[in-house]
Formats: sequence, structure tokens, C-alpha cells
Amino acid sequence: MIMPAQTVHSPSDPAATDVATSDVSMSGVSTNGVAMRRAVMAVLVEASATDLAALVSQVAVPEHDMIRRPEIGLVMVQGRVGGDGQAFNLGEATVTRAAVRLASGETGFSCMLGRDPEKARLVALCDALVQTDAAPVIERAVVAPLRARLAEVQKLAEARTAATRVDFFTLVRGED
Amino acid sequence: MYVAVKGGERAIENAHRLLAHERRGDRSLPEITTAQIAEQMTLAVDRVMTEGSLYDRELAALAVKQARGDLIEAIFLLRAFRATLPRFGTTLPLDTAAMRIRRRISAAFKDLPGGQVLGPTFDYTHRLLEPSCSDPAEPATAEAAAGPTPRVTDLLAADDLIETTARPAGDGGETPPGDLTREALTFPAERDLRLQNLARGDEGFLLALGYSTQRGYGRTHPFAGEIRLGEVALEFFAEDAGFALPLGRITVTECQTINQFKGSASTPPRFTRGYGLAFGHCERKAMSMALVDRALRARELDEEVKAPAQDEEFVLSHSDNVQATGFVEHLKLPHYVDFQAELGLVRRMRRDHEAASGSSREASSDDPAPEQIREAAE
Repeated sequence: MIMPAQTVHSPSDPAATDVATSDVSMSGVSTNGVAMRRAVMAVLVEASATDLAALVSQVAVPEHDMIRRPEIGLVMVQGRVGGDGQAFNLGEATVTRAAVRLASGETGFSCMLGRDPEKARLVALCDALVQTDAAPVIERAVVAPLRARLAEVQKLAEARTAATRVDFFTLVRGED
Repeated sequence: MYVAVKGGERAIENAHRLLAHERRGDRSLPEITTAQIAEQMTLAVDRVMTEGSLYDRELAALAVKQARGDLIEAIFLLRAFRATLPRFGTTLPLDTAAMRIRRRISAAFKDLPGGQVLGPTFDYTHRLLEPSCSDPAEPATAEAAAGPTPRVTDLLAADDLIETTARPAGDGGETPPGDLTREALTFPAERDLRLQNLARGDEGFLLALGYSTQRGYGRTHPFAGEIRLGEVALEFFAEDAGFALPLGRITVTECQTINQFKGSASTPPRFTRGYGLAFGHCERKAMSMALVDRALRARELDEEVKAPAQDEEFVLSHSDNVQATGFVEHLKLPHYVDFQAELGLVRRMRRDHEAASGSSREASSDDPAPEQIREAAE
């Protein structure tokens, strides 16, 4: 992979439609709530762990329990034949997952690419917090700045790619 | 049969110390870091992730370092590490149409909706060694075009000119694909298992097989319909959360080949397709995979199976370089008991031969009997 160093963990546009379209809700969770949690997670999992930790440290974090300590494991990544056909197993990826419960009862989850227990804890904590009254604070103090940083990185990558846009012309053969 | 040996502990330990010393190289030079490998030896890392069948850039970079740049050894290390971790489940199938594209080319169409971008490529370089390739200029930038970048094959499929791979609409209850890391491969193997096998298969092996199809051994006349490289989002349905969690993005390379036609009395002729998909930027691998995928569809497309690349048992049984290197390299391990047995056999055969040639010198036949040749070869 050839990318600028800062984009190795892949930038994200949190408003990315590919994340927001396939919404799945469970009973008791409003579809809106799930869409919002997924949009927040899409930003946090792609942010740098250092940035995330620095921003979370600036908000007041209530009492909470780790109901699942950060755990490293694998997911099997699937592709589709021809891009849109039958699924097949492409290969595995390392992930870290965690779950927290706030004293007020909200449960937050995380599962993300890579092996970073602290980041998994912070994402699960934020997922719990955005289900509380603290949601606007988390959005303003944590998610929005990370979203802006990722968007900036992505914009630069797109501009660099665009400079390699190519137009080929076919030439008439001079055979006759 | 392999008979184990004992002993040599001291020598083995010292050999490993010597290995570590050699790996470090000249100690007056700085030690290379895994971050440097991950950032500057990116394509080696991508190959190790693809064939190690584990997406983790840091681990793959560590494996490359530990293996002294021997990529098959690094792939072996990654596979071994993978076996130590639990599997939480399976992602939702990734969608390459929603890729954030960093490279997209078609050798079949000049003008694509969404355009062609060369991205970071070796193509069109002069292949001249440049002693000072450090400190490159800042990349140029340009206004990025908005709008979707549909897969070229989807555009052709809209005109019914190419076979479609899309699932029928309303296909809710999809059967999970086979997984050769859980169940041993059996033959005939369906396309999901063949693609899994090819995705982790050795690039060199698939390259040679793909090349052989172009040279006439299972000719399928391919065009590179589209090659795209970029980042795709992954999601994982978590039972406890009750919804699909975004996992982040991975880099993949996809190759779609457009191949010659198939039709019948009831269906009009259409182009056929081959498919390649790999972790990271593994373009040669994805292209080779697509060529071999198409060749392996011979049975399905009623083509005569006569070339090695069309023989699925041959291809799929020999594509894995960890298995291959294990079996080839085990020949280095002590085989003293086996060899003693063979030594005894050849001595006995020589005695028999001498006795036979002594008694029938008049017949002057020096050729050993056919059974003896076969026995010696076993």
C-alpha cells in the first residue's frame, strides 16, 4: 500500500453513505439511535488512537464498568464474486472489541480493526455516552474534531489521486 | 514414514543465535524498524498480508523483519500467529463499488463514468535504477471529480453483453460460503472455495499459471476490464449490540477480467468473467487470480479441460506456499532411518544384479529389470 503516512489507518468521512445505509435495528433501539451510533463509531474507529485519547480526556467521564475487557481476535473478511455476486471468504483481519456499561445503565460496544485495547475501550465508552444526555458534548468535543481531521486527510488523498486522472486517445493506424 | 531424531539442542540454539546476529547485519548501521518496513516496504507487507491471509500491517511488517525479508517465511509466521487468536465472526461482504478509489484503470474502455486514475503505479516508469530516489517531490493535486465510480463489469452487464454475477433480487437467506480454514478442501470445489484458495495462494504460482493461459494452455483471451485499488469499509454484525458495527477500512485490489464468449441455442453470446481480489496493493496477484479463476471455470462453462490452469485439483492443491514450502523443505530434516532402509535396498538390488549378470554374462544385458527401477524410485 502506498499512502501518505497519516492515512495508514484509512481516513473516514463519517457521513459516508456506505455506513449509514444498511441500518439494522433491534427491538428497543430506535433506528435513528442506531444510525447515529454507527456514524459516530465510523469516525472513532478510523481516528488515530492518540487523537481519540487526547479528546476523550477533556470530557467528564461518568462511572462505568468494563462488561467485556478489550479482547483481540479475528474476523473473517468476505468479498463477493465479481464484486456483487456470491460471498466468499477473502481472509482474516485482526480486531479488538470491548463493551462498557455506565452506572446509569447504557451499554456501549466497540469492535475495530487492529490490536489496540485502549482504543477499543474508549470507543465503547463513547458509544455508551452518545446514548445519554452527554451526546452533544461527545459530538462537539470528540467526534466533530476527529471527523474534520479525517475529512482533511481524505480530501488531500482524493486531490492527489485526481492529479493522476488519465485520458487515453486512440490513434488511427496509418496502414492504407 | 518420518522417524524422529533426538539431540542437537546446543547446536540448534547456537544456530538461532547466529541467525539473529546475521539478521541484525552490520551493527554500525541503524536497525530497521517495523514502522519503516510498514511505510516503505509497503508492497512486501501487502503480499505477506494477502498470502498470510491476515490483514494486519504491523504484524506483517514484523514478520518481514523477523524473516530477514524472506516473504514466504514471513507468510508462514503470520499464518502461525493467526492460529493463536479466537475468531469473533465474519464481516458483512465488502462492497468494492463503494471503494474510495486511489487507482482505477480499464484496458477495455477509454472513457469510464468516474474516469480512470493511474494512482501510485510502476506502469510507464522506465525501469531505470535511480540511486537517489529519496526525498521525492510533493505529489501534485487536482480537483477531485464527484460522482460514483461504478464497476466496469456492472456497466457491461446493464447492456446484457456480459454474464452477470449479481444475486437474484430479494436473496435474503444467503447460504454462508465454504471456509477452507475450517474444513479441508474436497473436489470438485465450488467457486467460493476456489476464490478463497486463490486469494491466499502464492503470487508466483498464480502468475505462472495465468501466464500459461495467455500462451495457449487453456486460452480464454482476457481483457483487463477493470483494476481498482482503494479503501473499503468493513462492518461486523455484533449479536450483543444488535446492529452492524463499523470496523474501519482496509485497502484492497480488485481485478475483473473480460473473457471470450459463451452462448447456447437458448442464450445469446456474452462475455465471461474472471475475478481477483487481494488485501493491500497486490495488483499482479489480483490479475493472476482473475486469470486462473476464469480458467478454473472450464467445467462450469463446458470447456475442454486440458491445461494445468484448468485442473482445479492440480491448481488448488499446489497454490499454498506455506504447505508447499513445508513439504519441500522438510526434506532438509534428518531422514536417517528412511535413508538407511533405501541404502539397504539398493545394496540388495546390486547383489541381485551382480548375481544375475554373473550367471548370464553371455546374454550381456546390463539393463535392470523394470520392477527394480520402480522399486528404487519409491
